[in-house]
Amino acid sequence: MNLFHYANVFFSDNANWSGADGIPTRLWEHVQYSLMALGIAAVIGLPLGLVTGHTGRGGNALALVATAARALPSFGLLVLLTVLMGLGLTPVMVPLVALAVPPMLVTTYEAIRSVDRSLVDAARGMGMGPLRVLFQVELPVALPLILSGIRSSAVQIVSTATIAAYVSFGGLGRYIVDGLYQVDYNKVVGGAVLVALLAVLTLGLFWLAGKVLVSPGVRRQQR
Amino acid sequence: MNGFFDIPSDLQASWWGLIGLHLQEALIPVLFGLLIALPLAQLCARFRWLYPPMLGVTTVLYALPSLAFIVLLINWTGLSTTTVEIPLTIYSLVVLIPAIVDGVRSVPEETHAAATAMGFGPIRRYLQVELPIAVPAIFAGLRVATVSSISLVSVGALIGNEGGLGNLLSDALHYHRPILAWNSVITTAVLAILIDGLLVLLRRLLTPWAVR
Repeated sequence: MNLFHYANVFFSDNANWSGADGIPTRLWEHVQYSLMALGIAAVIGLPLGLVTGHTGRGGNALALVATAARALPSFGLLVLLTVLMGLGLTPVMVPLVALAVPPMLVTTYEAIRSVDRSLVDAARGMGMGPLRVLFQVELPVALPLILSGIRSSAVQIVSTATIAAYVSFGGLGRYIVDGLYQVDYNKVVGGAVLVALLAVLTLGLFWLAGKVLVSPGVRRQQR
Repeated sequence: MNGFFDIPSDLQASWWGLIGLHLQEALIPVLFGLLIALPLAQLCARFRWLYPPMLGVTTVLYALPSLAFIVLLINWTGLSTTTVEIPLTIYSLVVLIPAIVDGVRSVPEETHAAATAMGFGPIRRYLQVELPIAVPAIFAGLRVATVSSISLVSVGALIGNEGGLGNLLSDALHYHRPILAWNSVITTAVLAILIDGLLVLLRRLLTPWAVR
């Protein structure tokens, strides 16, 4: 008996491909939670990172926030909020957002900070205002690093959204948690394989986004 | 029996016992991760072409969700602490390799040459020159690895009582005692911050020459 066997049994069972507990439904749920959490985290993390990076102030405070947020156990936060507030979207979203904001915030800050100062000076010399410097010079140059920050946030969200199933939420984690309780190892392995695939797919999407979005000049410079 | 430190008897451990269990499950993987990462990072620093593919592999490994990783391992290592510790070792490894490579690469060429000129062999040069200079970078990696390891151990509660302080979380749900969840979250976070502080202290002791 090996993992391929378990996964094969799970994926070749037609019953697993339709209905409320079918793979398409669970996959879509998982993607929805992940996108929502990533969206909220981006709305908080990116502007803050851009502004602090541009002005160069608040770096120490950011490092502190990042360390504190990293110390918070996501799984613990999820269960705690569920016990306190009952079932709902908030107890699932809060830990995911708390997990995703620090990498985005810190990388964006660092990325904008590390933009070559002479570029910024040149832009100022050409008469660009602070907004144009930020959006037309600093942002494009810092984009590869910023994307890598969003990428690690996204991957961690996809991984961690699995745990939402423990507090009776949907998503791909359902298969893992239900499978463990039902002692149905095929289901457990199937779920695990699906989450892992989704995480790797997320990684791939960001790699693609990097190819498309990063300006060719910046890309060449990176080598 | 509803206080902060009243641990349900089904966990078969006191609060301190849970802390001990938690630390053991979190720190042993970081230690193993470091032991494996040091030679691998050295290889990457020595043979530069090895680094990009190594980074690719580790990025993908890091993307594997902890819960998925843990349950896949049940097939071989059963419901045990080892099952939780193996993924944590891999995650530590992934954080540590780039940190160490950056650290070793940050050794100035002149320092390198001076050590060689003083007759240092490759092993002595590595142990007495490169490694000490890389300490700050290595510790930056160690801090991230340790803190995330401490927070991830709790997931082990999902495969039975293998989650250290995380075990309090399943009991909080089963018995509907929010105080247990508070205990788990607060203790885990404080533990992470304390260990992080200890690492900062240790780094200062190891690099007395560094500018404060």
